[in-house]
Amino acid sequence: MEYLSIVFEEIYKILFLLVPVLVSVAMIVWLDRRVWAFVQKRQGPNVVGPFGLLQSLADALKYIFKEMIIPSSSNKVIFILAPIVTMTLALIAWAVIPFGATKVLADINVGILYLFAVSSLGVYGIIMGGWASNSKYPFLGAIRSAAQMVSYEVSIGVIIINVLLCVGSLNLNDIVIAQQSMWFVVPLFPMFVIFFISALAETNRPPFDLPEAEAELVAGYQTEYSGMMYAMFWLGEYANILLMCAMGAILFLGGWLSPLEIFPFTLIPGAIWLILKILLLFFLFALVKAIVPRYRYDQLMRLGWKVFLPFSLIWVVLTASYLFYFNLLPVN
Amino acid sequence: MKISRLFKTILMTDFLGGLLMALKEFFRPKKTINYPFEKGKISPRFRGEHALRRYPNGEERCIACKLCEAVCPAQAITIESAQREDGSRKTTRYDIDMMKCIYCGLCEESCPVDAIVQGPNFEFSTETREELYYTKEKLLDNGDRWENILDANIKADNIHR
Repeated sequence: MEYLSIVFEEIYKILFLLVPVLVSVAMIVWLDRRVWAFVQKRQGPNVVGPFGLLQSLADALKYIFKEMIIPSSSNKVIFILAPIVTMTLALIAWAVIPFGATKVLADINVGILYLFAVSSLGVYGIIMGGWASNSKYPFLGAIRSAAQMVSYEVSIGVIIINVLLCVGSLNLNDIVIAQQSMWFVVPLFPMFVIFFISALAETNRPPFDLPEAEAELVAGYQTEYSGMMYAMFWLGEYANILLMCAMGAILFLGGWLSPLEIFPFTLIPGAIWLILKILLLFFLFALVKAIVPRYRYDQLMRLGWKVFLPFSLIWVVLTASYLFYFNLLPVN
Repeated sequence: MKISRLFKTILMTDFLGGLLMALKEFFRPKKTINYPFEKGKISPRFRGEHALRRYPNGEERCIACKLCEAVCPAQAITIESAQREDGSRKTTRYDIDMMKCIYCGLCEESCPVDAIVQGPNFEFSTETREELYYTKEKLLDNGDRWENILDANIKADNIHR
């Protein structure tokens, strides 16, 4: 019985995290469409519910009732597994995101490593989907996506090293607390910019949405998907975007810390600050989507390997030597 | 690469300019309207759903001259006529196939008595094709329903005819 109660407690905790995440994913799809429309002087979805807030719910309902078509020549097991993998991986990463000094589901020592590993695994869902569809457009989209995500993963990894050099710990809460005197966005501003752009590429957002470039690849790896499976890809994608925004907020914008440690700001709980920071980053994501044209594939690769990687590597050396020279290296 | 160009690339000035412009547009009033709830203004010459008009005393205007039938480029109009007891020639059948119709407005233009007109209504979609074969009754009914607007539109457009 004792064992059961522990299990249930954990399940409650997980649900308490997952349900808000899923709801906010739905809301963020609405926000994305709405911001996109507003920049283009359109109204965007505004009919379902107040301000159209329930639009994503209506869309999800539509997907649930749609027929799931599984191509006859596809590898059925992997075909069905792919969206499940995408969504699961996008959701399990939230376990280590700290919403407050103690408000974290799994306060593990290597939180940032876990986050990095899980977000790297996300490419499997896409590759599986593209390969199992047994059709040329999904396959090409999946190959593109894999190459793109791997390339930008590298520079994100190096950027994370920059932050870790200043913190001296892999625990996400320690990273947040280390920013108490100054957010890392100030000393590491170029890294923040590169992180933001790499995050765009990592989540297949415009201008790096080549895997689903509709002009050449129909819908990329999602081409053969329909109904609920498509919706899961879609949810997983946005959960990933949200996760990247959360990562940016924690690494550079001080996570759940309030911007100023003075009276009116300290009243607001840390979770709200984190959410506000995530929303700010997501707003930038959405604005970028509205203003940029799509990159060519070789330009994308050039940017990742020839610009971001060397630059962030040089910055690692700079940060390390600076910290070493002025004896600022964090000691735990 | 020129030095200035290099700086532009590194500092992403073009991109930031675009971002700023997007932010500005974000707060500007929108150009689209909430269609089903608010509708755009349409001209008096708008060529929408057809209607057959009546004189104020209730008499049908159509004299079955068949000019509209002859001019219709899509041959969507079918007219049959007969002489009434009082000696006037009236239509016994006036059908418009709304799916053939290309909404060119030539029927309206050719009509000597302003009987067949195209009104402001553009929301007459149906669920079956059969409902789009308009008969004389349907057209006259349309005329009665929209008469106020049709009359005003013809008056407004009169100076141009």
